[in-house]
Amino acid sequence: MGFLDTMEMVDDFTWEIPVGARDGMLVPGVVFADRELLEKADRDNALQQVANVACLPGIVGASMAMPDIHWGYGFPIGGVAATDREEGVVSPGGVGYDISCGVRLLKTGLAHTEVKGRLREVIDLLNASVPKGLGTRGRLRLERREMERLMRDGAAELVARGIGWEEDLEAMEEGGCYPGADPAKVSDRAFARGRDQVGTLGSGNHFLEIQVVDEARPPAEKMGLFPGQVVVMAHSGSRGLGHQVCSDYIETMGAALGRFGYSLPDRQLVCAPVRSREGQDYLGAMACAANFAMCNREAITHWVRECFEKVFKAGARELGMELLYDVSHNLAKAERHEVAGGARELIVHRKGATRAFPGSRPEVGRRFAETGQPVIIPGDMGTCSYVLVGSEEALRKSFGSTCHGAGRAMSRKAARKQVRGEELLGRLEKKGIMVRADRLAGLAEEAPEAYKDVGEVVRVCEGAGLSRVVARLRPLAVMKG
Amino acid sequence: MEHTSDVGIRAYGGSMAEAFENCALGMMSLMLEPERVKPRHRAELSARGRDGGSLLVAWLSEILFKVEAEGWAFNSFGVVSCNGAAVAGWGAGEPLDAARHGLKMEIKAPTYHLLELGEAGGRWAAQVIFDV
Repeated sequence: MGFLDTMEMVDDFTWEIPVGARDGMLVPGVVFADRELLEKADRDNALQQVANVACLPGIVGASMAMPDIHWGYGFPIGGVAATDREEGVVSPGGVGYDISCGVRLLKTGLAHTEVKGRLREVIDLLNASVPKGLGTRGRLRLERREMERLMRDGAAELVARGIGWEEDLEAMEEGGCYPGADPAKVSDRAFARGRDQVGTLGSGNHFLEIQVVDEARPPAEKMGLFPGQVVVMAHSGSRGLGHQVCSDYIETMGAALGRFGYSLPDRQLVCAPVRSREGQDYLGAMACAANFAMCNREAITHWVRECFEKVFKAGARELGMELLYDVSHNLAKAERHEVAGGARELIVHRKGATRAFPGSRPEVGRRFAETGQPVIIPGDMGTCSYVLVGSEEALRKSFGSTCHGAGRAMSRKAARKQVRGEELLGRLEKKGIMVRADRLAGLAEEAPEAYKDVGEVVRVCEGAGLSRVVARLRPLAVMKG
Repeated sequence: MEHTSDVGIRAYGGSMAEAFENCALGMMSLMLEPERVKPRHRAELSARGRDGGSLLVAWLSEILFKVEAEGWAFNSFGVVSCNGAAVAGWGAGEPLDAARHGLKMEIKAPTYHLLELGEAGGRWAAQVIFDV
């Protein structure tokens, strides 16, 4: 704490931690925030973590943090760090335990007026149909070979089984399949933890939310988003499989750290050279977990479509339930970026940060070439969520990255002390937001006041030029994991 | 203990083994209500580590695996041997039951962040932050 004193203001939304602010920094730290958000980050050690990440071998440009930065472990949540693919390292802590934890937005052709009277029916059916919470099993039973195919081939494998639509694949990063996935690099324990979890929501901050498009501005119409339209947002990740992959490789790299000769400021920053066996194995396993996460969200999407079909007595295609986009928050991706006038092959770690590419990047695909890649920013239960698009400026400033959410401002314990679950439930219902949660204490932990103001975070992202708002989404009904 | 994004526990014991037992119970109490679990069966638990800290992380990961992959709910733990590089013991419990066990949060993993394990004046203290 007190790290703010070492920082220099670059402009209204950009602050720099100079090299030398702590021993071992190889590049500066850059935090995209306004003064208020920066002070919040300083109160909980997150800025120190930005400086720690700047010590990673082979880091390129700067250790960065998005406006939703908060205290994590090793990396701050909201941290972005690019390392050189030849001389740099890959760090499982720079991705996090929930590999490819992410958000997707499913459109509908339904207006709020059509859904209003059926909302209770829909959310109750969703609550009964999408498994959530500790100890739940998914509705799919997969054999080891089937799991391997799913990890290698990604969402296309589920679509081939009739779970999800072919055109969904175009609306996912990497077409629903991360390259380089190698199931042989995934431990038996990770297989066992993930085996029954495809299509399960999880718990904590994971949720399903029915929302209405509250405001839309160009190019929203090109994305098929209109004011008054009902949409469904899903937030989930790679479940036990991804958590175990991260745990496994933190141990593997921790054991090999002496051989690499690295001295790191934080044990949770453990890493290996990208070109080492450990680094390559991790990237192969991480891609498997990322594919699993996209399959998980694809299966959830399928159950959501089924629920809407039952309630509205029409096919999901007829109801216009197309996937807008699926974005991941926790990944290390091989990307090519311009650095100091030259193209470089990098591994971009985004931990609690979202890729925000402009339409000019080939990765974005034809569908979003004109608009830029959609970025989906969930709010908390009581406030709005946002759809943004990536920008050329983000490419220049942050390796094409933006924020991933509001970011926590309060610990779970503090939230429980301040908010009573029942009171929160009543307050949200009064605002017209239906909530389904198995545990009221868990609901209190996720109370809107436990988070920063997502509107403010998004405003700073726009101010810094990292992405641009195209739609604001207001919650109607929430199902908490 | 408080942590902005995650949840942590501090546990104590008269020996390293006892601190490990109490850490395990602390972790379970974040996930469910151990007093509602009946000790019908015992599961063997073992883990290896490079040092005390990594051994503690491995021990808790082993228990987490039993809960998530094998569907156990535990209400007590015993450490039979613990030498700083390897730990062996058991957990007593029964199959996880959402209706009876007062399920709370899922834990993704014990982390190395702010991990502490040490002894002072014959008392062992451990601190672990969990990613939840």
